[in-house]
Amino acid sequence: MSTTKKFTAAALAAGLGLVTLSACGSSGSGGGDADSKTVTLVSHDSWAASKSVLEDFEKQSGYTVKVLKDGDAGQAVNKAILTKDNPQGDVFFGVDNTLLSRALDNGLFQPYEAKGSGLIRPEYQVDRAKHRVTPIDSGDICVNYDKKYFADHKLDPPASFGDLVEPRYKNLLVTENAATSSPGLGFLLGTAAEYGDKGWPDYWKKLKANGVKVVDGWEQAYNQEFSGSAGGKKAKGDRPLVVSYASSPPAEVIYASPKPKTAPTGVASGTCFRQVEYAGLLSNAKNTKGGKALLDFLVTKEFQEDMPLNMFVYPVVKGAQVPAEFSEFGPAAKSPETLAPAEIADNRDQWVKSWTSLVLK
Amino acid sequence: MDLARTEVEPPARKGLSRGSAARLGLMALPVAFFGVFFAYPVAAIVARGLKADGAWQWGRIGDVLAQSGIQHVLWFTTWQAFASTALTLLIALPGAYVFARFDFRGKQVLRAVVTVPFVLPTVVVGTAFLALVGRGGLLDELWGVRLDTTVWAILLAHVFFNYAVVVRTVGGLWAQLDPRQEEAARMLGASRFAAWRKVTLPALAPAVAAAALMVFLFTFTSFGVVQILGGPTFSTLEVEIYRQTSEIFDLATAAVLTIIQFMAVGAILAVHAGTVRRREAALRLVDASMTARRPRGAGQWALLGAVLATVAVLLVLPLAVLVQRSFDAPGGHGFAYYRALTHDDGGTFLVAPITAIGTSLQYALAATAVAVLIGGLAAAALTRRDAGRLVRGFDALLMLPLGVSAVTVGFGFLIALDKPPLNLRGSWILVPLAQALVGVPFVVRTMLPVLRAVDERLREAASVLGASPWRVWREVDLPMVRRALLVAAGFAFAVSLGEFGATVFIARPDNPTLPVAVARLLGRAGDLNYGQAMALSTILMVVCAVALLLLERVRTDRTGEF
Repeated sequence: MSTTKKFTAAALAAGLGLVTLSACGSSGSGGGDADSKTVTLVSHDSWAASKSVLEDFEKQSGYTVKVLKDGDAGQAVNKAILTKDNPQGDVFFGVDNTLLSRALDNGLFQPYEAKGSGLIRPEYQVDRAKHRVTPIDSGDICVNYDKKYFADHKLDPPASFGDLVEPRYKNLLVTENAATSSPGLGFLLGTAAEYGDKGWPDYWKKLKANGVKVVDGWEQAYNQEFSGSAGGKKAKGDRPLVVSYASSPPAEVIYASPKPKTAPTGVASGTCFRQVEYAGLLSNAKNTKGGKALLDFLVTKEFQEDMPLNMFVYPVVKGAQVPAEFSEFGPAAKSPETLAPAEIADNRDQWVKSWTSLVLK
Repeated sequence: MDLARTEVEPPARKGLSRGSAARLGLMALPVAFFGVFFAYPVAAIVARGLKADGAWQWGRIGDVLAQSGIQHVLWFTTWQAFASTALTLLIALPGAYVFARFDFRGKQVLRAVVTVPFVLPTVVVGTAFLALVGRGGLLDELWGVRLDTTVWAILLAHVFFNYAVVVRTVGGLWAQLDPRQEEAARMLGASRFAAWRKVTLPALAPAVAAAALMVFLFTFTSFGVVQILGGPTFSTLEVEIYRQTSEIFDLATAAVLTIIQFMAVGAILAVHAGTVRRREAALRLVDASMTARRPRGAGQWALLGAVLATVAVLLVLPLAVLVQRSFDAPGGHGFAYYRALTHDDGGTFLVAPITAIGTSLQYALAATAVAVLIGGLAAAALTRRDAGRLVRGFDALLMLPLGVSAVTVGFGFLIALDKPPLNLRGSWILVPLAQALVGVPFVVRTMLPVLRAVDERLREAASVLGASPWRVWREVDLPMVRRALLVAAGFAFAVSLGEFGATVFIARPDNPTLPVAVARLLGRAGDLNYGQAMALSTILMVVCAVALLLLERVRTDRTGEF
C-alpha cells in the first residue's frame, strides 16, 4: 500500500505544482492589476494605435499601458459585462451606439468627465448628465461599390437607399446578417432610421425582391462576394455592391503595394449609418487614477489624429485633422442616418427578429 | 453496450483493492485537471445563465425548447450530422481500404496530407473551400455549379475535415486484419463476398462504428464550417450557442442549449465507448506492413485511381488554393506577402505577424506537455480490463471537451478562473491549458489500445518479482508504448497548433497564435492584409503537415485510433 500512497501523493503534488506554476505565471506576466503604474485598456480586436503615440502617453503620465484585445466588438462588450465585478482592466474602449444601452444598463462604467471633453462635437455626447462614457471615434457603415463594374457597364453607382431597390441594381448587393454582424445591423438600422419603424420592413421586401444576398459576416461579404475588394477579386466575387465602411476605400489604397492612384471602390454616400464608439472607466477598475489619465489621453488631439489610419475611423474632437487619404479616397458621408442609443435599445431585438423572418426565412 | 458486457471479466484477484487504489492515484491528476479547467468553468457559465436569486430556473428549458426557431436548429443540427456522417463514410471508406491494403509510392506523405485538414482551423480552410465550391471556384468554372450557402457546401466541407478520421480509425485496423483469415474462408468454399461479410466485416464493424460516431460528434458540434459556408440560413446548436452568448447575450438560452448539447454529446460518447471496447476485443492482428501489397489487376488500379482522384479534388485542391493565393502578390512578387509578415505595422498586432509562429509553437509545446501528462496518466488508469463502470465512464468523460462549445468554455474560464488561488485570467498558461483540453482525448485514444494490448501477465510477473508500480510501468509498459506516446504527442501538438475556438477567447493581444493572427488579418480590408492571411495560413499548414509527416515515421505497429 505504501507505494500506492506514494504514487497518489506524487500525482497530487504534480497536479498542485501545475496549478501553482500557472498561478505564478499569472502574477508574473499577466494581470498587473495591483500595480498602480500600469493601466489596462480592454478593447476589441480592431483596436490599433501607433506605438509612438502610446509611448508619448507613457512618458507624459508615467503609466505603462497594457492593451487587452478581447474578441469582436459584441464579444468584447459581453465579456466586459460578465467580468464587471472583477474587471480585466481599467478602461474599456469600443462600445458603440448599437450596444451602449446594454453596457450602461448593466452598470459597466463609473462616471468620469474626461479633461478636454468640451472639445468633443456635441452630437456625439449622449450621456452628458452622468458622463459614464466618452465618445472617442465615429465611423460610417455604407454601401461600397466596385468602380470598375459600374464604369464597364456604363451605369451610375447607387446614391441612396431608394436606389438600391431599383431594377437596374438587381442582384448586385451583398450584405451581412443583421443578427450576427455589426455592419449588417448598422445597415438595418440605417434603413429603419430612413423609413421608420413602420416602413423599413416594406423596404426590405423590395430589397429582397431585387435580389439582395445575405451572408453571415463582413469577411465573407467583403473578401468573397464583393467584386471590388482585393480579396474579392481573387475570390472572383461577382457582387459589385457591398455593405462595408466609409473608410474601406482608403484602406484598399493604403494596404496595397504598389499603391494605386485612386481607390478601386467608392462609397454610396446616401446609404450611411453612423456608428459612434465610446470609452469609459470600468466600475470596479483597480487603477482609477491611471484609467482617468488614459481617458483624458484618448480625447487629446494627438490620439485623435492617430486613430484614422490605425482603426479607419474619424476623430470626434473639433479641430482634429483627418488624413489626406481619407478625404481623397473616402470622403465622409454627407448626412448619415443616426438613431439614439435608447431608441436602438428599445427596438434592436424586435427589429432583428422581424428582419430575420422577413429576409432569411 | 451489451456486447461489451459479454467480454469475459477476469476473476477478481486479491490484489484488486491495491490495483484500484493505484488507479485512483493515477486518476487524481486527470480528474483534478478536468474538474478545474473544464467542469467548473462550464458549470459556472451555465449557472450564470440559469440561476436567478440563487434558485435554478429549470422551467427555462421548456420555454427555450418550445421556440420554433430552436426546434429548427435542433432538427437541422441532427439532420446535417447524419447526412455528413453518411457522406463521409461513403467517400472515405474506399480510401481506408486503399490506405490499408495497397502499397504505393508516396503513401506516407499522402496519409499525412489527408490529415492536415483535420488539424487546421476552419477559419483558414473555410476560405479555401469556398474557392472550390463557391462562385468562380473550380466547380463553377467547369460546370457552372455553385454550392456556397447551400447545404452541400457544408456536407462536402465536413467530408474534407473528417476524411482522416475514417481513414485513420478504420484503415488503421483494416491494415492489421490478417488477410489469410478471409483466404481460409474462401478455400473452404465461401464466395468472395460471403468471406468478406463473415470474416472481415464483423472484425471491422466496431471500427467503422467508432469512426462514424466520431464524425457524427464533430459534425453535430460543427461551428466554423456552418458559419462560413452555410450562410445565415443554416444554424447548428453550436452556432446558436455562440450567437446567444456572444451576440445576443441571452445567457439563459445559451445555458439551456449548452445543457442540451451536453446531453446529446454524452449519449454519443457513451455509445462510442461501447463500440471502442468491442473494437479492442481480441482480434488476430498482424503487422500492417505484411498486409499491404501493390495493386493487381485493372479493378484494383481503378479503385486506387478513383481514391487518389477524390483526395486530389476534395482535399488537396482547397489547400492548394490557399498556397496559390499566398504567392499571388501584385507585380508578380512571389514572396511579397511573406516578406510583409516580418513588418511590425504597429497597429493591428503590436508585433510583426511572423512572431505568431513562435508563439504558436511555444503554446503548442506547452499544451502537448500538459496533454501527454494528463492523457498518459488517464490512459494508464484506464488500461486495466477490470476497470469498473466508474472508470469506463471516466473514459467517455475525457472526450467531452471535444463536444462542448468553445465559447462556453471560454466564457466559463473568464468568470471562473479569476480569483486566487486560480487567478489565471491574465496568464499565458490559459491558452495551452485550453488547447490541452482538446488534446487529451487524442492522447487517450492513441495510448489506450496500445496499453491494453500489453500482456497483463508481464505486469503481474514484474510485480510478483517485487517491482513497484512505477517500475512496472517503466520497465514493461514504457518500452512498448514509447512510439504510441510519440504519436499521441505529435497529434496533440498538431491539434493545439490549429485550435482556434477556445484560443481566440483567451489569446493575449500582444502574442496571437497563428489561427488568431489569420482571423485578425482576414478581418481587415485591403490586399496586403488578405495576402498576409493566406501566407500565414500556408505557413500553419506546412507546420502541421511536417508534424504529421514525422508522425508517419514513428507510427506504431498497432495503431491507436488516430
